[in-house]
Amino acid sequence: MQAKRTTKLNIHVQGWLLALPAVILLASFTHIPAVVTVIDSFYSTPRGRVPSVFIGLDQYQAMLADPIFWRAFNNNLLYAVVTVPVAIALALGMALWVNGRIKGRTALRLAFFTPTILPMVAAANIWLFFYTSDYGLLNQIIRAFGFANVNWLGDPATALWSLMAVTIWKEAGFFMIFFLAALQQVPPDLYEAARMENAGRFTVFRRITWPLVMPTTLFVAINALINAFRIVDQVIAMTGGGPNNASTLLLFYIYQVAFSFWDSAYAAALSTVLLLVLGSVALAQFYLLDRKIHYR
Amino acid sequence: MKSFGMKHFARLTAAATLAATFIGGSVASATEITFYYPIAVGGPITKIIDDYVAEFSKGRPDITVKPVYTGSYQDSIVKAMTAAKAGNAPDMAVLLSTDMYSLIDDDLIEPVETLATSAEDKAWLKSFYPAFMENSQSGGHTWGVPFQRSTIVQYWNKDMFKAAGLDPEKAPGTWDEMVSFGKKLTKKDASGNVTQWGVEIPSSGFPYWLFQALTTQNGAILANPEGTKVAYNDPKVVEAAQFFADLSLKHEVMPKGIIEWGTTPKDFFEGKTAVMWTTTGNLTNVKANAKFAFGVAAMPKKARGGSPTGGGNIYIFKSKDKAKQAAALAFARFLTTPEKAANWGIATGYVAVRPDAWETDAMKKYAAGFQPAIIARDQLKEAVAELSTHDNQRVTKALNDALQAVLTNAKPAKVALDEAQAEATRILKPYQK
Repeated sequence: MQAKRTTKLNIHVQGWLLALPAVILLASFTHIPAVVTVIDSFYSTPRGRVPSVFIGLDQYQAMLADPIFWRAFNNNLLYAVVTVPVAIALALGMALWVNGRIKGRTALRLAFFTPTILPMVAAANIWLFFYTSDYGLLNQIIRAFGFANVNWLGDPATALWSLMAVTIWKEAGFFMIFFLAALQQVPPDLYEAARMENAGRFTVFRRITWPLVMPTTLFVAINALINAFRIVDQVIAMTGGGPNNASTLLLFYIYQVAFSFWDSAYAAALSTVLLLVLGSVALAQFYLLDRKIHYR
Repeated sequence: MKSFGMKHFARLTAAATLAATFIGGSVASATEITFYYPIAVGGPITKIIDDYVAEFSKGRPDITVKPVYTGSYQDSIVKAMTAAKAGNAPDMAVLLSTDMYSLIDDDLIEPVETLATSAEDKAWLKSFYPAFMENSQSGGHTWGVPFQRSTIVQYWNKDMFKAAGLDPEKAPGTWDEMVSFGKKLTKKDASGNVTQWGVEIPSSGFPYWLFQALTTQNGAILANPEGTKVAYNDPKVVEAAQFFADLSLKHEVMPKGIIEWGTTPKDFFEGKTAVMWTTTGNLTNVKANAKFAFGVAAMPKKARGGSPTGGGNIYIFKSKDKAKQAAALAFARFLTTPEKAANWGIATGYVAVRPDAWETDAMKKYAAGFQPAIIARDQLKEAVAELSTHDNQRVTKALNDALQAVLTNAKPAKVALDEAQAEATRILKPYQK
């Protein structure tokens, strides 16, 4: 009896010891900072000799009245609503294309994947020159077709859309890889059966391919959604959130509040909101992945 | 096997600790100070700083300076602030002159005059151009030592001026000339697209700085010396903003929308614009890359001439260790001797920060061969402090946003600047005692 309990205890201790490195890392770099951030958001920002005091929900009230926060939030929603479906559609289209028996398949796959390899800051700097007015690549092309010059990043009407294009260009190739893997998992006998039934290509896609890659689509959609709320580097590199906050996104605004304005408590409140958004996306992922998506 | 490994490891650790103690002990006899510096211009800056440090330690073997390159100005203030909040502040750092109020408000820096107490020290503090000291002093204290400072100048393409029938040796001297020259210099192709612009004033990132040249010329001052009040909706400021926008929207001599700071020099090299406004810090860059005859001129005049200053100061951080602060002061003085100020100006394109630097042989020789360097210096007579207030970046952002709204024709100048004024006043309220 005694010996048995000791063994059981030993197993528990061993288990925890094995998990310890991961637990320490996760706790110290993810969980504790997240909790501290939430707590900090109820306090004022300490300034010099003025210590921080508990102010309850004041930061959140200020946030509701902050037009730049709403601008960033709405920009971010639009960003997600546009980039996620477009990137997925493109990725699936490219995957379907390079999954077929065509010449130069490997080269095409590589070409589609290349944007993913580039660091975001490098890509953003390349695109900066594509978008430059007058001699930028994009303007040279549209001028050749007789259109007027557009100041892509310098006009509030186009700045955010220009950033979206970079994200889509960068992400589509990455997501293509997942779809490619999913397509290769689809049993070929299903396609054979469809051929014997004389099903059209669209029907085959709608009734076989699309449902069978659904888990991948969901996985990719969740990741794209999370990415859309995590974007900061290309905003810094390309527009600085301008003109007049037209391309400000949530994380960029948090960065600005924290490291330009040094208002760490307000930044904590903003981070809490971002945390909530990302948390609910993750929850949705688990819920949907577990219940709705598996094709049976 | 296992136990041997553990023992071995333990022994190694002990040895390493012992060694560290000895090495640490031998260095402890010298005062070690950390020096953060950013890089904002081209050139082998890291090597120059390392050479300065080596030269300094030869004269002062009792002090060890540890230079730390900390990225851009923005990266540097982030690193200095976070290090300080973690109780590990650098002993001295080069940071934007406009960061002064943030550093004061967080109680991070020491007023220099409390450290510089000898007669020699006091004379040194008086040796800088007064225009640069405006951004270094507040509330009766001197918080920063001018180090890498700049102003705005206009660069013009002489070949284009000649082609447009203008005097290639004369840059626009007034606002009216900016428009009239601009109209001659702006060229369109057959389908009506502009192929060459008259002027580019960058408006991305920190448009307030270039805009401040316009407000200065129009006779307005944007902030009080205490950094507690701004005058964003002063009628003269509104007029300047209107002129800024009119250059593109009404007179059509400047590209519409926001003009990117980073690509403006490239536009100039590519012949897309005949005139550009940018920092004197770009002198070396333009000298190396312009494949045509170019000139550098002081800012044009309206009610007066003038430009804000810009760039970085040396700050000495608060510390309980007085020896470290004294060492930091000694190194700051070393970096700003007339010879070093001249050398730094020549190597980087920054304006040498004290008049006697321009009397050194090296500087005389450089200036004789490169006229533009003198333009930047002479403009200092008319220069004003760069816009800087408490909660600086938030208060300037209000102005930046307003300017971008005006330039993109989203709001009328008066409305946008009234809003910016209200926002800035709200932010500054706690500082008005």
